[in-house]
Amino acid sequence: MAFYVVQFLTGLASAASLFLVASGLSIIFGVTRIVNFAHGAFYMIGAYIAFTLTERLSGALGFWGAIVLAALAVALIGVLVEMVLLRRIYHAPELFQLLATFGLTLMVEDLVVLIWGPDDLVGRRAPGFKGAVDFFGQNIPSYDLFLIVLGPVVLGILWLLFQRTRWGVLVRAATQDRDMVAALGVNQKWLFTSVFAVGVFLAALGGALQIPRDAVHHAMDLRIIVEVFVVVVIGGLGSIVGAFVAAVLVSELNAFGILIFPKISIILVFLVMAVVLIVRPWGLFGKPEAPARKTPGLAVNPWRPLTSNERLASLAALVIAAMLPLFAGNYALTVGSEIAIFVIFAVSLHFLMAVGGLASFGHAAYFGLGAYGVAFLAKMAGLPMIVCLLLGPLLGCMGAAVFGFFAVQLSGVYFAMLTLAFAQIVWSIAFQWVSVTGGDNGILSIWPEIWAASPSHFYWLALGVAALVTIALRAMVFSPFGYALRATRDSLLRSEAIGINAKRIQWTAFVIAGTTAGIGGALFAYLKGSVFPDNLGISLSVDALVMVLLGGVETVSGAVIGAIVYKALNIWLVSQTDLSKLVLGGFIVLIVVVFPKGIVGVLEMLAQRRRKSSPPGSPLIAKPIESAE
Amino acid sequence: MKLTVQDLNSHYGPAHILFDIGFEVGAGEVVALLGRNGAGKSTTFRSIVGLVAQRSGPIVFEGKDVSARPTHEIVRDGLGYVPEERRIFTDLTVEENLEVGRQPKRPNAPYWTRDKLFTLFPNLGEMKNRPGGRMSGGEQQMLTIARTLMGNPSLVLLDEPSEGLSPKIVEQMVDAILTMKREGVSIVVSEQNLHFARLISDRAYIIERGRICFGGTMAELDARPDIRDAHLSL
Repeated sequence: MAFYVVQFLTGLASAASLFLVASGLSIIFGVTRIVNFAHGAFYMIGAYIAFTLTERLSGALGFWGAIVLAALAVALIGVLVEMVLLRRIYHAPELFQLLATFGLTLMVEDLVVLIWGPDDLVGRRAPGFKGAVDFFGQNIPSYDLFLIVLGPVVLGILWLLFQRTRWGVLVRAATQDRDMVAALGVNQKWLFTSVFAVGVFLAALGGALQIPRDAVHHAMDLRIIVEVFVVVVIGGLGSIVGAFVAAVLVSELNAFGILIFPKISIILVFLVMAVVLIVRPWGLFGKPEAPARKTPGLAVNPWRPLTSNERLASLAALVIAAMLPLFAGNYALTVGSEIAIFVIFAVSLHFLMAVGGLASFGHAAYFGLGAYGVAFLAKMAGLPMIVCLLLGPLLGCMGAAVFGFFAVQLSGVYFAMLTLAFAQIVWSIAFQWVSVTGGDNGILSIWPEIWAASPSHFYWLALGVAALVTIALRAMVFSPFGYALRATRDSLLRSEAIGINAKRIQWTAFVIAGTTAGIGGALFAYLKGSVFPDNLGISLSVDALVMVLLGGVETVSGAVIGAIVYKALNIWLVSQTDLSKLVLGGFIVLIVVVFPKGIVGVLEMLAQRRRKSSPPGSPLIAKPIESAE
Repeated sequence: MKLTVQDLNSHYGPAHILFDIGFEVGAGEVVALLGRNGAGKSTTFRSIVGLVAQRSGPIVFEGKDVSARPTHEIVRDGLGYVPEERRIFTDLTVEENLEVGRQPKRPNAPYWTRDKLFTLFPNLGEMKNRPGGRMSGGEQQMLTIARTLMGNPSLVLLDEPSEGLSPKIVEQMVDAILTMKREGVSIVVSEQNLHFARLISDRAYIIERGRICFGGTMAELDARPDIRDAHLSL
């Protein structure tokens, strides 16, 4: 019995940090509507700076002073980030904001290794809380008891801050209606900056307080951010009480899940989240969001099928691409195959995002499932390659059918978070279920058969499939199904009012996109000859998002160009520098700020400007970034 | 002149909404902006306080052109705005709603305190701690005006204050607006209801399809039934 009590208390102690970080994320989202992916990075920097400061400053005062100083320093960094980067993108679609903050996260991961090195750092114990308390023969670290008390105390302080101060009243008002707050004479800029500072302070404090419990390392940002997303989704975005309750719930599930299902403990948390979202789609303490107000007249370029000239040009490009084996070496062909596969992956996500308006942050799950499907069929059942290629993507299809059903019940940020969480479930199964998936070692030696073994043959195979998939998805955009899907994207209510079963249409689109991604994954398994959990990891999901956004989310098939440019750049960068994450992150941030319409979007705009030679200062072209909200 | 609007043009995306709007408001005056649904009344107000991104033309308030400045600065200079949809903060109590609107005292404008506003709108004083979301439409309309007055404006843009209110509440609204005028607040009120406008206004402009097509005193408007019938649905 005592053991379970101790386990419970350990869970409560873990909840403290989780609550601090989650409440920060919630507050920032409530006011600025930005889902701050970089929140995990701020948490991590908080821990690193606190580590350095606690090493330098001596004594009890030095230790606690260092913790607070670290949090303040990171809050200052947060203010800089807000003023330099986020202020430029408040009016951009929420996706771009998530992406920009993800770019920051990538940069921070490399910077942290540059400054503090790649090794785990073990920090000082907290003065005054070094020992343990005996509880019926079980030890409870006294620092855990300190954290257990700290959580509710912080909750209380935040509550007072929001209920009893003018700042709190303004923040709560802005959470509901930013424009109205401005129309009453409040400077939103500084309100946003202060909110961001408070949120980042909480994240950094959460990180700093972890150092007596846990080693500081350079991957702690991704681990916490996934848990924090789960917490705010369960608790309800924007609710601090919800964040507290959900942090306790998640921490206890982790604490006891390890006892009950040691191998798949993480799944328990996600299962609970799925149940909560089905029963209360806006979280336990959240409120349904009003449908985003769209400014009328924003579709800049109405979509149309290619003209016959453009078809010929595309065909010519394809023929030229097919002639690559005539003059390129094996390495170039392998790179070419990889790019073709990523074109498949990118157009599948583009279909879901641009046509369906559903921004999935876990699309790699279906890519990876396709790859694992092939691996299972080829290694366990020993089926021929062509059969594997045809059947392997079905695993992606099934995954998309199950997860998509739940995901399409939500929209916007919640949809993005849920898809991310589902991808993490699949990832953790692949990672933890070693007996079937090989865990971290993956499944090796899945080689193509003779007919596709040579680099040129495989390249033609990948290129052919990529072309077919792109044409098929394009055709679907201009089919009745495509029109219905676009109707649900532009106005869910109106489309339902004219008899479209919106959820079913979106679900179908999700399954189509997932299956297509699975086709890419199936080819990828044969290209690499192996499958690893990374094939369904977060970074791959984000790669896909970047390719789509780089191509242009308002275009019909910009993702093709986006995938080619991004993948080529990525492969080149990794071969050139050790700091590829830093460069890539910087590149993503740059795209978001400079090219919010993507490469193809910019090209289309230029073409249109030439065609119409529209009057100078025409609002359509002068304000490309206004396509927000 | 308190406020002079000239050659105001506004767009929503590719759509041109306002065409060379121009009007003036003198100190202490109540001016009505009359027009049907969709004529451009709300867009005119939103453009003046800078909530419409694409607009051009000078907006001279107390001798300064404010057209290039952000919304919160225009409002802080004493140009208050009461939106048509009321936009009460539903999670906040009456007192908290007023707190959001609070701005420092201004030398050239009447000074409003909570207590003074609770005398102007007695209903609000009886529900200081009620969340905005649990108030009736009329109470919300009073709260949204009181909230703007907390900023001590010298001029207020009132967007359709009588819309959707019961006759009894409309009477209270007339009294409140006349009190504001007596205190020295200049007011531009947009209205579809000519009867209501006549009770409070000194002068009127008629707006139709984004253009001003009449400007004059209420007496001049009454002398032109043809204009009234052509542009106002009565």
